[in-house]
Amino acid sequence: MPLTIRDLAKEKYVLPGHAACPGCPETIGLRYVGMALGRKAILVIPAGCTSIIQGLMPGSGLAFPIINVAFASADAVASGVAAAKEVLGEDSVVTVWAGDGATADIGFATLSGAAERNENIIHICVDNEAYMNTGIQRSSLTPIGAWTTTTWKGKTEPKKNMPLIMASHGVPYVATASIAYPMDFIEKLKKAASIRGFKYIHLHAPCPVGWRFDPSETVEMARLAIETGIWVLMEVEGGRTTISPPSRPYADKSRRKPVIEYLKRQGRFRELSDELVRELEREIDEYWKLLLKLSS
Amino acid sequence: MKRDELILPLSRPKVGVQGTTGSWRIRKPVINYSKCIGCGICWLYCPDSTIDIEDTGSRFRVSIDYTYCKGCGICWTVCPVKAIDMVKEV
Repeated sequence: MPLTIRDLAKEKYVLPGHAACPGCPETIGLRYVGMALGRKAILVIPAGCTSIIQGLMPGSGLAFPIINVAFASADAVASGVAAAKEVLGEDSVVTVWAGDGATADIGFATLSGAAERNENIIHICVDNEAYMNTGIQRSSLTPIGAWTTTTWKGKTEPKKNMPLIMASHGVPYVATASIAYPMDFIEKLKKAASIRGFKYIHLHAPCPVGWRFDPSETVEMARLAIETGIWVLMEVEGGRTTISPPSRPYADKSRRKPVIEYLKRQGRFRELSDELVRELEREIDEYWKLLLKLSS
Repeated sequence: MKRDELILPLSRPKVGVQGTTGSWRIRKPVINYSKCIGCGICWLYCPDSTIDIEDTGSRFRVSIDYTYCKGCGICWTVCPVKAIDMVKEV
């Protein structure tokens, strides 16, 4: 039975009046974490936008139990919390909520370590494709051609493929999600919470401030990423790759929207050359071919 | 040191931690209840939890908390029947 809005918990875990920018994708994602995991969730949050969203002490804009930690230590701290909870015999889901910088760049060492030890935690990478909190600097998950304050003429290197890197660690569960498909994300979170071992979920989160589009278009932009095939929703469970239902129609290349429709609505791709657009299109095609080969 | 004397940097959940964020708004979403079909999609996508939802049996009744709504307009773009209008704040 697919989930409906009626099945979702109506309790607020993201409280009104928090400090996020208007149209923030991270708070949308955090609301879904609350709906999926509820009171069982313990969040470990390294430096990033979500540290700011909580607002100033003594108040917090998020109603989860949260440990705010230094950038590189998130997964190590989470491993410790998970071990302590197991000794105490408490049923909780220790979740790392990290940005793309804290996942793919600075936090990668502890992430890879925790994955290799197969710690019983969920790592959610909320990927807004740059260091937005400090003022839009490039990360290794910024796509090719994108403007940031440290890549004035567009980034020259392609985006690192984190989901497949994590799948290569041989962890029990790896998935990708998008804020535009909440039911898919919530189902994946619930599934991850039921699996023992290391779980990695990569959440695509378009940031209106850093990507230069109107705050009202956050969800539309995330949906366009799926429809153009530049972001693919999939799961790798016990080594088996499956494309998730929202992405399935786009396995057929003719049903995908041209990638330029996604790019031209974002100010960060304003100076993208036609050559790079073709290059991106080719990359999308290659990635789909690889995924279809893996999932067949 | 007694336990009471320990000062821990602990925060407690609080509504309006950043003040009344409704003052950030430059445009205001207004629900047209004659068009609203009560699907709850605006509630699902609201990044600020400022849309309240009430189950009335066959459909949902949604309302906006203007004290904290930042006026991003996501509800306006995701509404399947265009029942939300963005009105300029005065």
